[in-house]
Amino acid sequence: MASAVSILPGPQLAALNDAYRKAVASKRLRMTLATAVFSACLIIAAIGAEVNLRTFFTHFGNFLSYFDRIFTLEDGTRVWTNIGEWFWGWRKWLWMLGETILISYVGTLIGAVLAFVLNFFAAENTSPVPWLRFVIRRLLEFARTVPGIVFALIFVIAFGLGPTAGVLAIAIHSTGALGKLFSEIVENADMKPVEGVRSTGASWLSCMRFAVLPQVAAGYASYALLRFEINVREASVMGFVGAGGIGQELVVAIRKFYYSDVSAILVSIIATVFIIDIGTGWMRSRLFGREART
Amino acid sequence: MSQLPKPDSEQLRAKYPDVFDRPASSRLAMPAMMIGAFAIFIFGLVDLEFSPAKLISGLSQLGWITLMMIPPDPGSSLPLYLTALGETLSIALLGTTIAAVLALPVSLLAARNIVPSGFLRFPVRRLLDSIRGVDTLIWALVWINVVGLGPFAGVLAIAVSDFGAFGKLFSEAIEAADKKQVEGIRASGGNALHEIRFGLMPQVLPVIAGQVLYFIESNTRSATIIGIVGAGGIGLQLAEQIRVLEWQKVSFLILMILVAVAAIDWISGKLRFAIIGKRAVV
Repeated sequence: MASAVSILPGPQLAALNDAYRKAVASKRLRMTLATAVFSACLIIAAIGAEVNLRTFFTHFGNFLSYFDRIFTLEDGTRVWTNIGEWFWGWRKWLWMLGETILISYVGTLIGAVLAFVLNFFAAENTSPVPWLRFVIRRLLEFARTVPGIVFALIFVIAFGLGPTAGVLAIAIHSTGALGKLFSEIVENADMKPVEGVRSTGASWLSCMRFAVLPQVAAGYASYALLRFEINVREASVMGFVGAGGIGQELVVAIRKFYYSDVSAILVSIIATVFIIDIGTGWMRSRLFGREART
Repeated sequence: MSQLPKPDSEQLRAKYPDVFDRPASSRLAMPAMMIGAFAIFIFGLVDLEFSPAKLISGLSQLGWITLMMIPPDPGSSLPLYLTALGETLSIALLGTTIAAVLALPVSLLAARNIVPSGFLRFPVRRLLDSIRGVDTLIWALVWINVVGLGPFAGVLAIAVSDFGAFGKLFSEAIEAADKKQVEGIRASGGNALHEIRFGLMPQVLPVIAGQVLYFIESNTRSATIIGIVGAGGIGLQLAEQIRVLEWQKVSFLILMILVAVAAIDWISGKLRFAIIGKRAVV
């Protein structure tokens, strides 16, 4: 079979090879330059972040043995040999997990409603006045960029310790994130129904209600469910700053070296996140068909 | 103007019974779901100790705080804050890079078209899922136990939690790759590694580069908060100033974060544009 491949005569081949090398050379040069710049950035970053490979390698054993320790009970046996002892606090933890889910549910719902109200003003094609769009967009951007836990830190001082601060922090962050996604859906909506409704003399509000909303509602619900999933994860750490949920228990267990408690709480958080992921995935596929699952 | 013929409603009703008389179950499903959702919401408000009095006093408190934040003022600690910001950016860049480098080989194991047998793929995927299920802040706490307080713990925390995310995203990108190039390499006598290197990587790398840039951007945000638990960067300063109620410094730090995130946003947008062209920029 090898004879089927024809080999070009020498001079012709040399010209082609030359052209190829030239084409590749400029690409390679660019690639090398980019790599050099990137490595320089990395080295500067490594100095800035106080990277110390010696501590890393001397203590890396700690990282592995940490997982060994958190999976060992106080009497030295593996945790899974005595589930009852491992999950000794399951009543309290289950309650806290419930609170975590509730925090993210209430937060997501408040955030989704606020985002729903605001997003029509933020979308380019439906906003009634340009300056209002600018203001709302900057507001949403602010709510989205400041991390939820920073809001939680401030709210804990304003509203006192407890889940209220966590809910409000999650609500604000979700408003920002969902507001942007919602307004993008609206911007992709078909404007012909809006023209149709407006031609009957309807107000702006009716245009939104009868022409835009039916097109975008499914997308909204899908994004809100996705956000709920993310917020469960976020709510699990709200307790670190005293804003309610299972995080409080976890941070206490980690700081006080209650090793087997750390693993028990981590395992229950991971299990909860799995269940919520699967549940919302199932709901989205039920509600909107497979193609809406992103 | 011609008159439209009047529709014969009786005939239509007979023809499309399910449009006119929808079964009660489908008519009630939506309101029932809404009432259910609302009921859980009310239960949540009660259970999470919401009360009008608390909200009003909290909001007025918040109003005071906002007033005290104006104008933002770093006091005399501007150099300290700039160093902290540099530390945050370093954490984001380094953590994301380490995560991407480690995740690339693992993502091959999690991709269906590389490893057809579920034996290896399934545990790798579950491992990645579990890593992703744990928040960056929790990883930061764990790493602080291992390498001590400081930004290095932050780098490792971001690296580990992104490792889970990248593993999943990369393996999805690999699964979406075109099979024809790979078959071409195989037909010309390449082995499995050649197939990956010359058939798969040229397709996948631009996608991956885009995702990594996007994550550097979003990790700038994550890196600001891991300082709250003691893993270095600007979050440490922020949490401290909030605790001592230095609101002018707090608002200045928040502004710094916003500006830094916007700047990284802009740069990575440009870079993504350069690498993968306009169509793939989300």
